[in-house]
Amino acid sequence: MAKQRVKFTFPQELITLPIIYELGKQFSIVTNVRRADVTEDRGWVVLEMDGDIAEIERGLEWVAAKGVRVDPVQGDIVEG
Amino acid sequence: MPYAKALRCRECGREYNLEPLHVCEFCFGPLEVAYDYEAMHRNLTRESIERGPHSVWRYADLLPANPEYAVDINAGFTPLVRGRNLGEHLGLKNLWIKNDCANPTWSFKDRVVTVAATKAREFGFDTLACASTGNLANSVSAHAAAAGLEAYVFIPSDLERGKIVGSSVYGATLVAVDGNYDDVNRLCSELADKYQERTPGGRRWAFVNINMRPYYAEGSKTLGYEVAEQLGWRAPEHVVAPMASGSLYVKIWKGLQELAKLWLIDSVQTKMSGAQAAGCSPIVTAYEQGTMNIRPVRPKTIAKSLAIGNPADGYYALKVMEESGGFGVAADDEEIVAGIKLLAESEGIFAETAGGVVIAGLKKLALSGKIAPDELTVAYITGSGLKTQEAIEDALELPLHIEPTMASFESALGARSAAAAV
Repeated sequence: MAKQRVKFTFPQELITLPIIYELGKQFSIVTNVRRADVTEDRGWVVLEMDGDIAEIERGLEWVAAKGVRVDPVQGDIVEG
Repeated sequence: MPYAKALRCRECGREYNLEPLHVCEFCFGPLEVAYDYEAMHRNLTRESIERGPHSVWRYADLLPANPEYAVDINAGFTPLVRGRNLGEHLGLKNLWIKNDCANPTWSFKDRVVTVAATKAREFGFDTLACASTGNLANSVSAHAAAAGLEAYVFIPSDLERGKIVGSSVYGATLVAVDGNYDDVNRLCSELADKYQERTPGGRRWAFVNINMRPYYAEGSKTLGYEVAEQLGWRAPEHVVAPMASGSLYVKIWKGLQELAKLWLIDSVQTKMSGAQAAGCSPIVTAYEQGTMNIRPVRPKTIAKSLAIGNPADGYYALKVMEESGGFGVAADDEEIVAGIKLLAESEGIFAETAGGVVIAGLKKLALSGKIAPDELTVAYITGSGLKTQEAIEDALELPLHIEPTMASFESALGARSAAAAV
């Protein structure tokens, strides 16, 4: 089992969709939201995912394929 | 060091012991070092600082690392030069250039890495690591070599060879990762979490800008301290600094505020302006749209050292901009190259692309009247142009090619004068 902390950034067209709910339903992942900010034209959610590492990776691929940007909670790590 | 007392969450304010932590366990917000300023105020004077070494370690009391463990290759205390020629060109009568090209690995990253490496040694880590495409990799590799630590540097596998020489020369292990930028980003985040405790080989890794981040970031405050000291213990009226993650920009402001809090300078009235490349300007875009919400972008710019599409400190940079009355400004690639040339030709300082962004931004702010002609303005040049020569070589004049005769030389000179007159 593993835990991973990530930030989802939603484009406007995906804000109203229950993507985090579906993530927990379609994959064996427990999601735990810690911080979020959602307005009518954009939104971000910082959350922890708990589950098998391979399952988390599949879940993240699914979320990214939906058009949600997935980042580590601390933002970009690769620096110039 | 004795004055650093805790790590504090910048979002919810929870406090933690000074350990290798970087996010709040409750809200996952970023952690920052908190200090006992009252005790600091009782003991710290201008004179005690001035007696210190000519490096960032003269400000050791204001940093969260113990100077006895210092991994010190002499970072900092770089020249602050009067930019008379550039100032005349831009209509600025009181312009100064902070030349941080003069660091041991030719960029400001030495300031942050010396603090992170020192803290890593204090914590008992035996390996320094980072993910970088340039300046940070060079600095981590050099400091690890000086400290006798192992160094691992993760780079995208398509990075040009010239960019990695400045790291591999110090004996660092370079790891070229197949995959896009986001893949490298995510892998290193996971590695930092896992290898902080122990690698399969039994080593403990300090990722300088991940699990050492709260300490690492504090090194940039010295850019604020030094400029204030070099100006005769006063804050500038206007600062123009580059923004990538936004951390450097925020910490310059924090450094100035701390000096005022300690009564080492008068109150800070500095307008903090931040410059980004137009091809990666999430902070400036939010500033222009009047929102505090940063939209991540895919970078597309020659200013690779500023190409951070999802800036960790973007929100805090916007807050500083708002609080200080500064401006956000972006420059496209052509303006960046022109900025590099302008600084080189006017002041004899060859900056990397981030410096081109700053000078292009400075020019826009000056010509639009956002910087007043008499304002005491400091432009921060954070890295040397020798590292990014490919960005500018096409914009430079070719050498005069001649035979080894006087006639050939004078003929070539004449041809050039004629071409210039056209």
